[in-house]
Amino acid sequence: MTSLSSASVSPPKVAWWKRLPVVHQLRQSVGLQRGMLIAGLIIVGVFLLVAAFAPWLAPYGYSQLKDADGNFGAQQPPGGDHILGTTVGGYDVLSRVIWGAQTALLVIVVAVVLSIFLGIALGVISGYIGGWLDRVLVVIADAVYAFPSLLLAIVAAIIISGGQSNLWSGIFSAAVSITVVFIPQYFRVIRAETVRIKSEAYVESAKVVGTSSVRIMSRHVLRNATRSLPLIFTLNASEAIFTLAALGFLGFGIEPTSAAEWGYDLNKSLSDVTSGIWWTSVFPGSAIVLVVLGMTLVGESLNDLADPRLRTRKRASGTPAPAAETTVVPGGSIESAADIAHLEGRP
Amino acid sequence: MSTVVDIQNLAVTFATDGTPVRAVDGVSLNVQAGEVLAIVGESGSGKTVTAKTILGLLPSTATVSGVVMLGTNDVVQVSGKRLREIRGTDVAMVFQEPSTALNPVFTVGWQIAEGLRAHGKYSKKAARAKAIEILGKVGIPEPAERVDYYPHQFSGGQKQRVVIAMALVLEPGVIVADEPTTALDVTVQAEILDLLRRCRDDFGAAIVLITHNMGVVADLADRVAVMYNGSVVEEDNARSLFANPKHEYTQKLLGSVPKLGTGLAQTQARAAARPIVEKDPVVVADNLVIEYAGRFGRPGFRAVDGVSFKIHAGEVLGLVGESGSGKTTIGRTIGGLTKATGGSLMVLGREMRGIRERDFKPLRSDIGFVFQDPASSFNPLLTIAEAVAEPLLVHKKAGDVAAARPRVNELLEAVQLPRAFGDRYPHELSGGQRQRASLARSLALDPTLLIADEPTSALDVSVQAKVLELFTELQRDLGFAALFISHDLAVVDLLADRIAVLYRGKLVEEGTGAEVLGAPQHPYTQRLLASLPVPDPVEQAERREVLRALREAE
Repeated sequence: MTSLSSASVSPPKVAWWKRLPVVHQLRQSVGLQRGMLIAGLIIVGVFLLVAAFAPWLAPYGYSQLKDADGNFGAQQPPGGDHILGTTVGGYDVLSRVIWGAQTALLVIVVAVVLSIFLGIALGVISGYIGGWLDRVLVVIADAVYAFPSLLLAIVAAIIISGGQSNLWSGIFSAAVSITVVFIPQYFRVIRAETVRIKSEAYVESAKVVGTSSVRIMSRHVLRNATRSLPLIFTLNASEAIFTLAALGFLGFGIEPTSAAEWGYDLNKSLSDVTSGIWWTSVFPGSAIVLVVLGMTLVGESLNDLADPRLRTRKRASGTPAPAAETTVVPGGSIESAADIAHLEGRP
Repeated sequence: MSTVVDIQNLAVTFATDGTPVRAVDGVSLNVQAGEVLAIVGESGSGKTVTAKTILGLLPSTATVSGVVMLGTNDVVQVSGKRLREIRGTDVAMVFQEPSTALNPVFTVGWQIAEGLRAHGKYSKKAARAKAIEILGKVGIPEPAERVDYYPHQFSGGQKQRVVIAMALVLEPGVIVADEPTTALDVTVQAEILDLLRRCRDDFGAAIVLITHNMGVVADLADRVAVMYNGSVVEEDNARSLFANPKHEYTQKLLGSVPKLGTGLAQTQARAAARPIVEKDPVVVADNLVIEYAGRFGRPGFRAVDGVSFKIHAGEVLGLVGESGSGKTTIGRTIGGLTKATGGSLMVLGREMRGIRERDFKPLRSDIGFVFQDPASSFNPLLTIAEAVAEPLLVHKKAGDVAAARPRVNELLEAVQLPRAFGDRYPHELSGGQRQRASLARSLALDPTLLIADEPTSALDVSVQAKVLELFTELQRDLGFAALFISHDLAVVDLLADRIAVLYRGKLVEEGTGAEVLGAPQHPYTQRLLASLPVPDPVEQAERREVLRALREAE
């Protein structure tokens, strides 16, 4: 215990992949929180795989109405060639559900990419510079917040698609309308963090040195302000799916000939429900519920794990490590205290 | 005397994200009725955890073994219901930070009455009468009126009195006081210590005093237990412990406490060795006024009010004052973080009043700044080498971090840190090491002026002693002028050539250490000096009398 001081201060190095955002939290979690996180990750993983391999997984195309044997026929019950039946329009339900995952993923990616950069940039600038710019941006963000988001999304969808609807314009209209709603969210979170970080001593010490505002924002504020983003990201992704489905359900989504879309299918199956045709609504509906549930589980677990007060830990067992090994005293054990200069890390 | 608390072989282990941490390891202590037991130790020694165990206040991540007998109850074993009955009636707690221990939305009378109602039937009237009585006893003036005040209407010291009143109201056998004066100014600290002494003498309560301040221990404690790394290394009555410490760690701890008067010889030697050039001062403040803007229509807050002083090249000026005296504001204004609003402040020959950032930027390379809290003054995502290289990069003295590395290594060695520490992240360093790195960063550009804002107040005494020594060495070798801001007279005495005392934004006294500390002229300086507890129970008892006489004279 005589020469441990400088070595014992630094924690053991952890492999790089174990420090990745989600992997780190997964290793950190225990009990119910771990169960929630794993369940969420499995659902999200399945969703991603299905989206990526849709062309191979789906038995038919999303807009396919007939094969070599002729038309599929409308509202066929599950079984036979169509495991989950067909819709009122004559599409294969299973194929539509699988292809729908792809559309949903594209919308999430486009929406988040569009909103995250603008939101973060505006948040950092507004929070750091402050003054009238900050006030104006906050008022605008609040106004967008106060506006019913779905209504805004509908207006954006109409403007962008201009009444036409193909895959990309559909995806973009959904994504952009979601973006409009999301930017204020990212903006607010990042701005709040920036305002907090702005008064931290390390930003002041950068100022005292004469660092330019741009450098302070990019080097000191930005990276520290974005630590809570994985949480908002997962929570927003689930909201993106909701908005897309709602748009489709209201009839502002993507035409069935351009892409598969769960909300659209739900809308078309409305009349089926009362006539006992359950398969056209249950499957796209549960797809939406499952994916949103998975994303929310991941997001909420990450949120809980990020807060040391909410994080559950394994109870310490009866025989813990000796105190001296893990002490937080600047220095080490009594033995090495014999030479305080040594404790302080002098070579 | 009867034993009120008996701790046998206590061990507390915390579950963490990593390996479990044993915070307390086999501690046995007892507290007799009507005595003050001080538990002393540096941060991480387990003193607060030990004290919290007495009240059963540990978080759910803690695993406790051993016996803590409080009267006839074993706190470790009893049920939650019984524990609630014990708390307040048998044992009470005084917290460190009085402004967070009181609920801001209720009157203090209500908060005192709440404790009463939890332990018996009191009518509203009776509870109120009792609250008024206890507030009067702890020295709150006009208690009948102030019982209806909210916490924010009291000063810090008065708030701590209210917290003590809440602890006393049920007449507990034991009061656990966790750093009860750490958040308070020295002059207020002396008053609270007097009150705690009365708790023992008039109310007969035993007090478990948790503190890191040896002066406070000398002032109040009957018996002292010194903790280190979760164990009690020495336990003795106060007088013999201070006169004759047996354990090596206790000796080190006592040796590290800065004492008034020791700086005198050092300062004189330094002054003799290096004649101060009187002609070109680095900083000249002339009737300096600094105001913080008020809200709509309200007048601003005048933090600094007509202060004049000079810092000559190569000179260390110690700026002393209590919280709110404006000492930090002056330091920030010289560093260009706050604007001067009146009078004149010349820094390195440039007028600071109304200066624009663009004009000031070239000067910034001549000014170094060391911040109070080493934990927050480093960007957690940059390594130490990157952080120390920042000033060099900003002022284009080096192209990138790699190019700056030789100079960074040089700086790290100058502050006695191994080179390899450059590759570590701030959280991997201890507080003292971080403050050294902070010193290295502030010296990166060879400044002519260094502003140190309470650089050691967040550190433990043994670490503080080392950092101060390093500061003195560096100052002697590099010859920069320094403004050293501190609330601790003893620390300033150690290294300042001249001392300036601030009181409520005004400069009340300025002179060499011998003048200000040896023969203080202003009554405030006299009171400040007398309030400072010294780590020697015999001498402290005498000083207490002096302070009492001084207070009565006012």
